Amino acid sequence: MSGVEYLSPGSVAEAVRALQVDGARVMAGGTDLLVQMRIGRTKPKLVVDLKRIPGIAGIREEDGAFIIGAAASGAALGEHEALRKAWPGIVEAANLIGSTQIQGRASLGGNLCNASPAADSVPALIAAGATCVIVGPNGEREVPVEAIQVGPGKTTLANGEVLLAFRLPKRAAHTGDAYLRLIPRTEMDIAVVGAGVCVTLDASGKCIAARVSVGAVAPTALLVEAAGAALVGSSLDDAALTNLEAAVAAAARPISDKRGTAEYRTKVAAVLARRAALIARDRAQKDGAKA
Amino acid sequence: MSDGNQPPASLKVVGTRPIRPDGVDKVTGRAQFGADFHLPGMLTGRIKRSPHAHARIVKIDISAAEKRPGVKAVVTGADLDVGAGGDIEAGEHAAAMKDVAANCLASGKVFYQGHAVAAVAATSPEIAAEALDLIEVTYEVLPHVVDVDEAMAPGAPVLHDDMFTKGVTPKPTKASNVAQKHVMGRGDVAGAFAAAEVVVEGRYTTAAVHQGYIEPHACVAAWGADGQSTIWCSSQGQFLVRAMTARILNLPLSDIKVIPAEIGGGFGGKTTVYLEPVALALSRKCGRPVKLVMSREEVFLASGPTSGSSMDIRLAATKDGKITAAEMTLRYQAGAFAGSPVNLGCMTAFACYDVENLALVGYDVVSNRPKVAAYRAPGAPMAAFAVESAIDDLARKLKMDPIDLRILNAVKDGAKTVYGATVRYSAFIETLEAVKAHPHYKAKLGPGQARGVAAGFWFNIGGESSAAVHVDEDGGATVVSSNPDIGGSRASMAMMAAETLGLPIERVRCTVADTTSIGFSGSTGGSRVTFATGMAVVEAAQKVVADLRRRAAQTWECDIAHVEWKDGVATCLDPSKDAKPLSLKALAGKSAKTGGPIAAEVSLNAQGAAAGYGVHVCDLEIDPETGRTTILRYTAAQDVGRAIHPAYVEGQLQGGAAQGVGWALNEEYVYNSNGLLDNASFLDYRMPVASDLPMIDTILVEAKPNPRHPYGAKGVGEVPIVPPLAAVANAISAIVGQRMTSLPLSPAKVLAAMGGG
Repeated sequence: MSGVEYLSPGSVAEAVRALQVDGARVMAGGTDLLVQMRIGRTKPKLVVDLKRIPGIAGIREEDGAFIIGAAASGAALGEHEALRKAWPGIVEAANLIGSTQIQGRASLGGNLCNASPAADSVPALIAAGATCVIVGPNGEREVPVEAIQVGPGKTTLANGEVLLAFRLPKRAAHTGDAYLRLIPRTEMDIAVVGAGVCVTLDASGKCIAARVSVGAVAPTALLVEAAGAALVGSSLDDAALTNLEAAVAAAARPISDKRGTAEYRTKVAAVLARRAALIARDRAQKDGAKA
Repeated sequence: MSDGNQPPASLKVVGTRPIRPDGVDKVTGRAQFGADFHLPGMLTGRIKRSPHAHARIVKIDISAAEKRPGVKAVVTGADLDVGAGGDIEAGEHAAAMKDVAANCLASGKVFYQGHAVAAVAATSPEIAAEALDLIEVTYEVLPHVVDVDEAMAPGAPVLHDDMFTKGVTPKPTKASNVAQKHVMGRGDVAGAFAAAEVVVEGRYTTAAVHQGYIEPHACVAAWGADGQSTIWCSSQGQFLVRAMTARILNLPLSDIKVIPAEIGGGFGGKTTVYLEPVALALSRKCGRPVKLVMSREEVFLASGPTSGSSMDIRLAATKDGKITAAEMTLRYQAGAFAGSPVNLGCMTAFACYDVENLALVGYDVVSNRPKVAAYRAPGAPMAAFAVESAIDDLARKLKMDPIDLRILNAVKDGAKTVYGATVRYSAFIETLEAVKAHPHYKAKLGPGQARGVAAGFWFNIGGESSAAVHVDEDGGATVVSSNPDIGGSRASMAMMAAETLGLPIERVRCTVADTTSIGFSGSTGGSRVTFATGMAVVEAAQKVVADLRRRAAQTWECDIAHVEWKDGVATCLDPSKDAKPLSLKALAGKSAKTGGPIAAEVSLNAQGAAAGYGVHVCDLEIDPETGRTTILRYTAAQDVGRAIHPAYVEGQLQGGAAQGVGWALNEEYVYNSNGLLDNASFLDYRMPVASDLPMIDTILVEAKPNPRHPYGAKGVGEVPIVPPLAAVANAISAIVGQRMTSLPLSPAKVLAAMGGG
């Protein structure tokens, strides 16, 4: 790690400026970056630590919408009662990452921009329809979460761009989300498959909107539009769920590696998507009961 | 948590549960482990490792590295000089020193990815890392083989052109990867199979698994200007480190002093050397102390796992369930050099059972993997997986209760084992009965759940040990042990000394001494320390008591026969004397006037270690859509002789069960097509985490204390890893509806077997 410079900018403008330097890397929680540096997989010349930028580690609610700072820690998400109530799937996904110690640092921004296909929070964010607020040398832009990852370790962020925050839309009535992952153990592991689902029901319990996203079955987390469409118009009956499973299995294009075979991942992605859909539906129904 | 056999009322300390003496240091971070030691002027060492699974080293050019400012020494295999002399007893099997040396630094060929080829010592970690890149190694890459069956097949790449299978006559004319063939057996196996009413058979495989100790290997070595050296390191035996380092660098033993650090787990894996001779060779070259610490990746790549295996088994039985014959072939991976524990697999396979006709063949097979090291009951868990699975098949076929079937076939005292020993002081049947009577075994299973039962055996050993007991002037005592404490032995040593001296446990401290401060001892391994070193401690304490009685007799001017020692107090039984009792404290305070310091050291070769037997019960369920197993309830019962510190014995049972469950469910070395290890990290080498397991219940069976030990102790640390593989697999097989023969039983494998994959 010789010759690494460290900068902790106090403003977005300063961070954007610093990141245009060749060999600069963003650090949010550092739970991926520092490990990669330690084993020599990445050798940045400059580490730009975002955490001193005002608001970047915060969570705030605006008229029912949530703005989650890119560097907000998993622990902060887990302790935010309103967020947990509104988007339990996202919070559960974020809280699955690593150990208690890691939770004190690991962030949604880091999880997305590290661009691992198996990142737990990403399918949950995609299912929820979250967007990313990005600032760079050419100003600010806002894009859906699914537009960020392009492959393992690769994102659409341009040189000098910083992911500042996630925006979660005001949740429609009777909406619920859920995230499930498969790991051989019970914790301290990386998803062999992950599935996030968000459904919105009408007053009669019929599904009027659904988004399904699966992780670790392709180079990036996938938004499976056909799987969501399979649920819309149904009461998540067996036929709709079978169609959902078929759509997920058709969209999955996993590899076989040390964490699982392609065949296994494809089957389990369908199973988890179905189970997550049912949890999301139950939450949506309860949401209605309270409202 | 005990079977109700209370220790004799006369015992005041043995059988109690005092707080562990090393606990506070460990939880506060004060304990000094291998990597915690620093010396002025100390250099950072790093090891250059092979990127290939199998290659000839054409050339190593160290000139650029040596020229780099800050680099103080570079060594290669040429700097080692294995002295003359035979193999060294290393815990549970002999170590061929030429192989140990070639494993520390390669000589001519590299046999696995991560095999050490050179080492540097530099003034900073950054310079050391740069120097590694400056060492140029030219390789001629060779075809590789990692699978044990493929390594035995004709046409497999041969690792060692001087390896001609031992144990085969006439000696083979062609070199092969089979280092040795072991054959053992008795009776008329063919006849028994011909007459059998029931036969079960199967082919079983297990994956190589790592010991998974938390602390990576680490040492500091300092060469002295006068040729006398000191090594600080974490190991399971300071004397073993001294012996191996001396042999590999051709030095006299007395010129090396090894100071044992606290050890963060070993499980057998620290009964060899990887770093110490290299660090000392570097230090010798530059005259400065050198520290070498492995990364976790290096631990996985280059330190010993235990063997993966492939086994064939057949059992013959009567329709009543009496096993009349068994035949078994065991093929164990040795890794890069000869020395798998396959012979121990053969010896232990049927050690629980009284089988008249036996035929066992074991093959010790090299392949392009790290050299295996001992791991808790080396060789036994794999063999037991096959045997206990086959017995489970037999129980199902005969519709017999699996415990009743085992009781019917269990060994009893007086029986002969296949390796020639006579069974003594065994409580296997009592252990089986204790499980049968336990609430767990009677508990109803829920829908979709199943229960697996399996047994296991381990020899336990005695051997050479030394210990000293020093009485302090204020009436306390210090025990000096010769064995690193990996399982709570400081507590058990102090307890046995306190019991013998009649002191409360709080007044006895125990320390682990360096190689110059106590007599020789074998390593902490083979479940021998509480038995053998404990025996030395008790004998030393008895010598101290004899001395105290002599001093009391001298004080009272009476015959020593009239001095009784009880509960730490000497009482005069001579009715003609009006003598007040003398406490240990009073006698210690007057020691200068009664003959000087009160201390005794005992060195012995402990005989009479008793074998141990374990029986485990595992309840589990499987998610039918993902193949994921959840362990619901687990009970481990064991014949422990007498538990000196019952909580530690329970901890051994729980730890062994946890490691065995990992072996059964998820642990494996994953190699890619180039023979490179894909999962050299705790993230992807999946040992169980705490939340994967329920609280593991224990049953300590104390029906047969070992009469050859002063307090009845048997070794307990290894038996508990033997039964779990089959206990888990038997339950999974029951749910899947077919015999699961290949470990690990990972979710994908189980789902495929259930028809879902």
